[in-house]
Amino acid sequence: MEIPYTTEARPDTGLFNAKLGIWLFLASEVMLFGSLFSAYILLRTGAPVWPHGRTQGLSIPLATVNTMVLIASSVTMVLSWASLRLKDFAKYRLYLGLTILAGLCFMVIKGFEYSAKFEHHHFPSTSTFFAVYFTLTGLHGLHVLGGMIINGYFWGPGAKMWKSDPERFTNRIEVAGLYWHFVDLVWIFLFPTLYLL
Amino acid sequence: MSAHDAESIRKETKAYITVFISLAVLTVLTVGVSYFHMPVRLAILVALAIATFKGSLVAAVFMHLRAERRLIYWVLVLTVIFFIFLMAIPSISQWDQRMLR
Repeated sequence: MEIPYTTEARPDTGLFNAKLGIWLFLASEVMLFGSLFSAYILLRTGAPVWPHGRTQGLSIPLATVNTMVLIASSVTMVLSWASLRLKDFAKYRLYLGLTILAGLCFMVIKGFEYSAKFEHHHFPSTSTFFAVYFTLTGLHGLHVLGGMIINGYFWGPGAKMWKSDPERFTNRIEVAGLYWHFVDLVWIFLFPTLYLL
Repeated sequence: MSAHDAESIRKETKAYITVFISLAVLTVLTVGVSYFHMPVRLAILVALAIATFKGSLVAAVFMHLRAERRLIYWVLVLTVIFFIFLMAIPSISQWDQRMLR
């Protein structure tokens, strides 16, 4: 049986199914990150003193570069979708490839940050500050990794669908993009709250 | 695809680049203001205001929420209500603590 409403809009929702699906999933993601964020507020306001990220050895220049990398990856992601809508498959591959590379760059920089923390014997068990830092950035990093795997699939084997069902494939990239932009959006809030305040 | 569609996609592409530049500038601004030794409350307010503005740009343009179906807005309205409640829990707990004293 064919999967219904992969391209045409479902009459009652006015959307193709995957689009509503990803937004419901993102709503649950808002609650996941929101609950951890709420826990962070509780721990921070309840602590007698809370250290500034800078005094804990967090590197603001590295995190700033990472913010720029993630923002750039959001642009290339949306450009890859726009290229597909313009029926330009070569450009789609180029932009999605750049998105994956930017994701990799983010993870490598994050890796340097983590290893610097471990070298200074800063672990999640070290303090409440580091527990919050590792939990939030770790969960976010897992999301970046997940996005890279999905985008990697659509760059490689999954791209075959462009030949058989281009409209459905374009929708898949739109949905993958919505997820990727959400991951960028979470970082936009994590960066100032963990590093700068 | 009509010529009109192609034209509107090219227009959108320009908007993506404009948003990218704005986000980069706002990131530099966030880092810049963090060096002004502001009182903590003001610093939090400024940082969150910039982050919210940046987040709105991403949601409105990259996630194209500025032109989306009504059902998605309803999903998001519900999400926002629950999110606000989540963020209020720490304050509720502090209020509860005061009541116990």
